[in-house]
Amino acid sequence: MKQTTRMAAASGRPEKTSPDWLGMHRTMLLIRHFEEAVRSLATAGAVPGLVHLCAGQEATNVGVIAALAKGDMIASHHRGHGHCLAKGADVASLLGEILGKEAGLCGGRSGSMHFIDLDNGNLGTNGIVGGGIPLAAGAALAARARGGDEVFVCFFGDGALNQGLLHECMNMTAIWKLPVVFVCENNGFGEFTAIDDVTAGPSIVARGEVFGIPSKMIDGMDVRTVFTTTQRAVTRARAGKGPSFIVCNTWRFGGHHVGDKQDYKADAETKRWLARDPIPKSAKRLIAEGLTTAVKLKTLEAQITTQVRVAVERVRNAPEPAATRLAEHVHG
Amino acid sequence: MVEPRVLSFREAVLEALFLEMHADPNVMLIGEDVGAAGGVFKQTEGLFKTFGATRIIDTPISEPGAFGMAIGAAMAGARPVFEVMFGDFMTLCMDQLVNQAAKVRYMSNGRASVPLVLRTTMGTGANLGPQHSQGFYAWAAHVPGLKVVVPSNPADAAGLMRAAIRDNDPVLFFEDRMLYPAKGAVDADIPLVPIGKARVLREGSDVTLIAIGRMAQFALDAAKRLAADGIEAEVIDPRTLVPLDQEALLQSVRKTHRAIVIDGAPRSYGVTGEIASIINEDAFDWLDAPVMRLGAADTPVPISRTLEPLWRPDAARIEKAVRTLLS
Repeated sequence: MKQTTRMAAASGRPEKTSPDWLGMHRTMLLIRHFEEAVRSLATAGAVPGLVHLCAGQEATNVGVIAALAKGDMIASHHRGHGHCLAKGADVASLLGEILGKEAGLCGGRSGSMHFIDLDNGNLGTNGIVGGGIPLAAGAALAARARGGDEVFVCFFGDGALNQGLLHECMNMTAIWKLPVVFVCENNGFGEFTAIDDVTAGPSIVARGEVFGIPSKMIDGMDVRTVFTTTQRAVTRARAGKGPSFIVCNTWRFGGHHVGDKQDYKADAETKRWLARDPIPKSAKRLIAEGLTTAVKLKTLEAQITTQVRVAVERVRNAPEPAATRLAEHVHG
Repeated sequence: MVEPRVLSFREAVLEALFLEMHADPNVMLIGEDVGAAGGVFKQTEGLFKTFGATRIIDTPISEPGAFGMAIGAAMAGARPVFEVMFGDFMTLCMDQLVNQAAKVRYMSNGRASVPLVLRTTMGTGANLGPQHSQGFYAWAAHVPGLKVVVPSNPADAAGLMRAAIRDNDPVLFFEDRMLYPAKGAVDADIPLVPIGKARVLREGSDVTLIAIGRMAQFALDAAKRLAADGIEAEVIDPRTLVPLDQEALLQSVRKTHRAIVIDGAPRSYGVTGEIASIINEDAFDWLDAPVMRLGAADTPVPISRTLEPLWRPDAARIEKAVRTLLS
């Protein structure tokens, strides 16, 4: 995914950068189809352990990451396949890892929840709620020490709002003005518990404001809103002005993990959120603006379906890790 | 050859930090009052003046977040030395230590690493009591992915600190505060001490004393007194618990046929049990007596001036144990 900067022939000056909305749409589609494939594989018993899908949250995943430069880094969480893909993970390497295969990027040791991909600037998905937050904040500290201008994003869910780590890191990044963007993907539930039942105070946004961090709650189902808001936060961070906090209101279509019956959700609310699906919304806008056509989008979707299917075929029956690998990489 | 100098434990480690920060701009120092204040125990004195606030980070009292950030910094190319003021406060960092730092290399199939040093202090003798005295090196040694260093003298401490900073894994470095003023000869260039190599501090033929950290100094004192009666104790300091130089310990036991393992932490489920088991498994046929273990009481550390010295082994207790074992 990249922003396109076209050069105007006459002046040689770059035109105003136009965001790659179509590219963002493509990545959202990839995530949706990827998650669907993982769901099928998990239902068929092919996935070891628990797996948490991000279908429904694609706009927050993609909108944020599209606003980053290649060298910028993210720390993800347990619902992190979308972040990994948007940050550039190879589809088959991620899928192979989720299936615990030798061919997975991490040799079948990390699975879905501990996938680390530093080559693509991803400090990893994380099995500890809030665990990735200090990793991104600390990477920012290191970057500043070496004089770099990279920006670092901490993704976390509303479930992490009550972890002390978040507040400690907001405090430290604020006093040190570190280039960090805190992104809360607020899908309304920490596991099976509604956010309102466990979260005190007048608003989530106030939790950033109390540290003097510019904080904003936005529609996390609209990739463009997410992108433009993040872009401002990234510019601010890169300019040395310190962290920002963005709360993206969103919804996980598939529940906490594959197999979650979701009987704690009200049907009317589910219906309301499904109607706000970020992908059709983005498609409609792209067509209306003449950036693509319905036919082209169909072709694009067919390409992505094939891309995912090929990856599934490649890794589904790929070899398990060799027994001799068990004790490798404990120490360097 | 450069003449060795006499340095205290504290001064020796401080010089090691200076050397490594000077040699590698990626080395950072992170902790509470480690900057301008120079450390609560003057253990970072003068570094801030040379290296400044971008590389020496004074944190708020926020151990979980600050240590988590040190891990992130390490994953992103820095080599942080993170200081936990008192070993007991390490519990505040345990999630980050166990679930992130220790596992990153394994989880990433060797594609990422966490080259950091967690430096902390411990020890009894200053009546600091239940929450300011303990050293959790046995806990740390139980976590796959960590390395654990417990030095007993200035030269080893300095050489091991240099090696720990250069190591590509998380290394936990436990310093007994009571050793800080202890003096010893240190070569001027502060030679690296490899992590994973034990050191024979005193040769002897009658019994092997395997002693951790400050206990090694007590064991040397005991050996001196025993020598007056013609008993020659061999004193070995493992120096690093993970990786443990098993062969050095076994070699000594095969020579002396008797061993006492001495530790300044609670005896149950600790280092002494692990080392005694290794000897039993791999040198049983050489033993003339069961391996003996001396450890601290299975209690929190009391603050009372009367009770605190009773809590852990000392030279007199080691001496007595040797006489019992040999009788």
